[in-house]
Amino acid sequence: MSEVIAVAMSGGVDSSVVAGMLHRQGARVIGLTMQLWNQRRLPELATDKPTGRCCSLDDVYDARHVAQHLGIPYYVVNFEDRFEQQVVKPFVDEYLAGRTPIPCTLCNNFIKFDQFLDMADGVGAHRIATGHYAQIAWNSDSGRWEMRRSVDRAKDQTYFLFGLTQPQLARTLFPLGGFEKPQVRELARELAIPTAAKPDSQEICFVPNGDYAAFIDAYFREQGISPKETAGELVTTEGRVVGEHSGVHHFTVGQRRGLGVAAGEPLYVIATEPETRRVVIGRNDALLRATMRVKDVNWISIAPPAAPIRAEIKIRNKHAAAPATITPVDATHVEVRFDEPQRAVTPGQGAVFYSGELVLGGGWIE
Amino acid sequence: MFYFDHNATTPVSAEVLEAMLPVMTEVYGNASSIHHFGQAARQKLDDARRQVAALLGATPEEIVFTSGGTEADNLAVIGTLGFKAGHAITTTIEHPAVLASCAQLESVTRVEVDSRGLVDPEDIRRALRPDTKIVSVMHANNELGVIQPLKEIAAIAREAGAVMHSDGVQAAGKIPLNLADLGVDLYSIAGHKFYAPKGVGALFVRKGTKLAAMMHGGHHERDRRAGTENVSGAVGLGRAAQWMIDQGPAEWSRLAALRDRLENAVLDRIPGAHVNGAGAPRTPNTSNIRFDGIDSEPLLIALDLRGFAVSSGSACSSGAQEPSHVLTAIGLTKEQAKSSIRFSLGRSNDAAQLDALVEAVVDSVAHLRKLAPAYV
Repeated sequence: MSEVIAVAMSGGVDSSVVAGMLHRQGARVIGLTMQLWNQRRLPELATDKPTGRCCSLDDVYDARHVAQHLGIPYYVVNFEDRFEQQVVKPFVDEYLAGRTPIPCTLCNNFIKFDQFLDMADGVGAHRIATGHYAQIAWNSDSGRWEMRRSVDRAKDQTYFLFGLTQPQLARTLFPLGGFEKPQVRELARELAIPTAAKPDSQEICFVPNGDYAAFIDAYFREQGISPKETAGELVTTEGRVVGEHSGVHHFTVGQRRGLGVAAGEPLYVIATEPETRRVVIGRNDALLRATMRVKDVNWISIAPPAAPIRAEIKIRNKHAAAPATITPVDATHVEVRFDEPQRAVTPGQGAVFYSGELVLGGGWIE
Repeated sequence: MFYFDHNATTPVSAEVLEAMLPVMTEVYGNASSIHHFGQAARQKLDDARRQVAALLGATPEEIVFTSGGTEADNLAVIGTLGFKAGHAITTTIEHPAVLASCAQLESVTRVEVDSRGLVDPEDIRRALRPDTKIVSVMHANNELGVIQPLKEIAAIAREAGAVMHSDGVQAAGKIPLNLADLGVDLYSIAGHKFYAPKGVGALFVRKGTKLAAMMHGGHHERDRRAGTENVSGAVGLGRAAQWMIDQGPAEWSRLAALRDRLENAVLDRIPGAHVNGAGAPRTPNTSNIRFDGIDSEPLLIALDLRGFAVSSGSACSSGAQEPSHVLTAIGLTKEQAKSSIRFSLGRSNDAAQLDALVEAVVDSVAHLRKLAPAYV
C-alpha cells in the first residue's frame, strides 16, 4: 500500500500545489482544512478584502474545489477551541503584557505540527505535508533531522518554524522548500489547480486587515473587558509625561507612527510597561541593544551545545540575520551577544539561530 | 462503501423513482390549469395527497405540501403566531428549523429533557402561560431516535388552548403514525428521510387550525402555501408513504434487529462504550454510541476512509463538526458529546454490512485509543 499523506489545505495556491504534487507522485493524499476561527464572531471586523480572513467560507470552498479537482478525500476539521486557547488568547495576553507575540509560531507549535499531526494519526495517515517554504533533510552523520531555509529566500518561513521537534520533523514534508514561488505558480497551472491565480495571503490570518489593535479591542468587548483598562501615560526615557494613550496593546517596540507627540526629532516606542500602563518613547539610539536573553529554546539541526557557539540571528521575520555569540545558560535559556547592537529587540518575538542556510534552533526573546 | 446515515438522508427508492419519472416528462401540466394537462397533474397530486394522509392517519385536505421539513417547521411556528405577540414552548433538543423559528418569536420557553432525552409532559404543563400560543415538541429526535410521549404532551397543550406542533421528520417512515389519535394540530414531515427525493415535504394542518401563509402569490394548497405545485415531488412523497404503509412494519422489525445486533456487538467488544438515549423508546434504525476517550472527528473520518459512512453532531457552514446541542441537553459534557457517533440504518443495510461495520469500529477505536494513552 502506498504511503497515506494528510495535506493541510488552506485553499491557497501553495497547499493546493502540495496536494497536487503528492497526488501525482502516487501517494494516497487526504485533504484536511483546519477550521480555526469562527468568522461570525467579532462581526464589527468584517471585511470585503480577500486576504486577512482566516477560515473564511470562500477558502474552504476553494480547498474543497481543489480536492474535488484532484479526486482526493477531503474533510474540514474543527480546531476552534484549541486555536483560541493556544493561539488567540496568548496573542492577546502577550500584547497586554507589553510584548509583541507571533501567533503564526504558536499556531505551528500547537496546532499545525501538534493537533493536526494527531488528527492525521487518528485518520490513519503516515505523514503530513504543508505548503510551508522550508526544507527538511536527514543527516545520517549527526543522526538528526535538519531544517534549511527555502530556495526562495523571499518566501522563506523558517523564522516561524523554530519550535519543530525531531519527532515532528520526521513525519513532515515541505514539498515546496526547493522551489521558487514562480515555479510553484507554474506547477499550479500545470496541475490545472482551480485557484492557480489566487493572491497570496498576508498578515495574521485571524486579524482582518492586519489591524491587531482593532482585533484585540473587539475581542475585549466580546469577553466583557473594557478596553480602557489598558490606557495610560506616554512618558519619555527621562521619565517626563508627555501625553496619554488609549491602550498599551496599540504600541510595539520600534514603532514611530501614531504617537501623537510633536518633537524636534523622530521619536519611537522604546518599551511598553503593562504594570504601570506606561508607554516609554525616546530617540532611535535608545532602541539599540547588544544583548538579549532567549527562553524556551528548541534546537533543531544540532544537539544542544554545551559551550558558546557562533550563529546569525534573526529577531524579526524581515530582519537580516545578524552575527552573534550564543551562550547556553541552562537547558532552555541562552544569552545572546550581537557583534553589533541591534535595533528594536522586542520581547515576545522569536529569535532564530542560523548557520548559513541551516536553522540551528530558536526561542522567545525575554 | 456502506451507508449508515439514513437519518441525514436516504436514496430515492426504485419504486419512488418509477412513479416520479412520467410526472416529469409526460404528466407535466400545471396542477392549477383547467385543461386536460392540468387535470392529469391534479389527479397525480390528489392521489399523492391521499397516500400521505393515509400514512399519517389524517384526511387529504389536512396535508399541505412544502419544500421539505424545514419549511414545514417554519410554517407551523411562524404561521401560527404570524409574528404577533405570544409565548411559545419548545424543548432543548429540537431541530434548528424549530429552534430558529421560535427564536424569532417574542417569548420562548425551552423545556429541558432528562438523561435519556425524554420530555416530562408535566414540565410542559408547568411552562404554560396564559399567552402561550404554540407548543412545539419533536416526535422522534434525529440524533438519538428517542420518541417523546407526544399524546400526553398534546393533551396538555390543547387543554390549555395552545396549538400543538410536532416535528415528525424523524418519525414518519420509522414508526406507526396516527395523528388523529396523537392529538396534534400541526405535524411536519420530509420526503428524503424515507426514500422520496429532497425538496418535498408536508405539513399536516388539523381541520380548523388557523395558520397564516408564509409564501404569498396564489391560492395553492388552500391558500396555505403559494407556488406552483411540485407534482413530481409530491408523487414521490406519496409513493414513499404508500411503501411505508405496505412494508413499513416488516422493515422496522428488520431494522430493530440489525440495530440490536450492532449495539450488542459494540458494547460487548469495546470497553467504555455507551448507548446515548438508552432506556427511552427509540426509533428502530437509530443508535447513538459514545466511546470514552475518543474524539468522534477522526473516528468518523477514519471510518469514512475505510468505506463506512456514519455521522456525529452537526456540521457548521464550513462542514466542520460542532458539538451536538442534543447531547449536551441530555447532560453529556462537551467532551462526551464529542465522543459520540450516530449510526442510522436503512433499507440497503443487511447483517453482513453491520458485521463489517462492527469490525471497522472496533479497529478504529482501538487505533485512536492507542494514540491517546490518557485513556485507560
